Amino acid sequence: MSLKAFHLVFIVASVLLMTGFSAWGGARWRTTGDVVDLAWCFLGGVAAVGLVVYARYFLKKLKHISYL
Amino acid sequence: MEIPYTDKARPDTGLYNAKVGLWLFLASEIMLFGALFSSYIMLRVGADEGVWPAVKLAWPHHLLNVPIGTFNTAVLITSSVTVVMAWASLKMNNFKRFRMFMVITILCAFAFLGIKSYEYNEKFTHYELRLKDGKALTGHLEVNGKHPGFWSPSDLWNLPRLTSSNVTEVKFVADPMEGHGGHASHEALTVKVDEISHLDAFIPRNHTFFAIYFTITALHGLHVLGGALVLAYFTFPGAGMWKTNPEQFTNRIEVGGLFWHFVDLVWIFLFPVVYLL
Repeated sequence: MSLKAFHLVFIVASVLLMTGFSAWGGARWRTTGDVVDLAWCFLGGVAAVGLVVYARYFLKKLKHISYL
Repeated sequence: MEIPYTDKARPDTGLYNAKVGLWLFLASEIMLFGALFSSYIMLRVGADEGVWPAVKLAWPHHLLNVPIGTFNTAVLITSSVTVVMAWASLKMNNFKRFRMFMVITILCAFAFLGIKSYEYNEKFTHYELRLKDGKALTGHLEVNGKHPGFWSPSDLWNLPRLTSSNVTEVKFVADPMEGHGGHASHEALTVKVDEISHLDAFIPRNHTFFAIYFTITALHGLHVLGGALVLAYFTFPGAGMWKTNPEQFTNRIEVGGLFWHFVDLVWIFLFPVVYLL
């Protein structure tokens, strides 16, 4: 597996982490009502979307490099 | 004698030597961290319900600083992006860009370690205090007018040491209690030493949580340090190979980048398990 393929695995893991982090913030906000928890929820969602956009850019930029 | 397949891939595997070696090494690393993660999860699910320190064997993970952990996660994700960009720059024959991205990666690594040290300092200077009447508090200690520091082991206090040092009373600034609005006063309580049943900092010997937390994060921190030193070597003193054998140099950066990604991936699992769950 090349660095390109491993980077994609890493970005997928990061997207999942940020999605989970957003859900964690949302769940906490529903119980505590604290605005900081809502901010975590929002931040996690924005980071997850940002990472998906980056992954698309990365694939386009490195399309000539092998996955092996 | 020339060693084969250092820059060209072996035809049957499609891989060069260093990549095969690195993946074998990463397989052993997965087993090492996997064992530690499994231990953490087993201890976590086996812990008593309730809030620590009121419940002595409850899990005190809420003491970790989520904003700092989140910031460190962002730092490591950024470093993974820059290390892959550095490698891609070499593939495009742009050494100047490669060096710029590598310097950012190394700065991110040291920023991560600096922030982690700050977190360690927070833990080593934070204390658990139990009184003989059953009250349990966490907070900051003041002995003989001095707040214990981080780097000097002689600053670490516990009950036997207070007794043997003939200290009769200490000052203790308690943390706000969870579920009490978080607005407790920060006045220092004066506590007589003969009223104390247990006193210790948030250090490995104090609680199973701290023992496994420091084991996993310190091991991960050592990997970050080792990876950063290797990447720094490739960026500066070892960069001369770019002129003599650019293909092998690019392979070295790819292998360094693979290790760096593994270290970052460990953190991607570590952060939610230790800080959030």
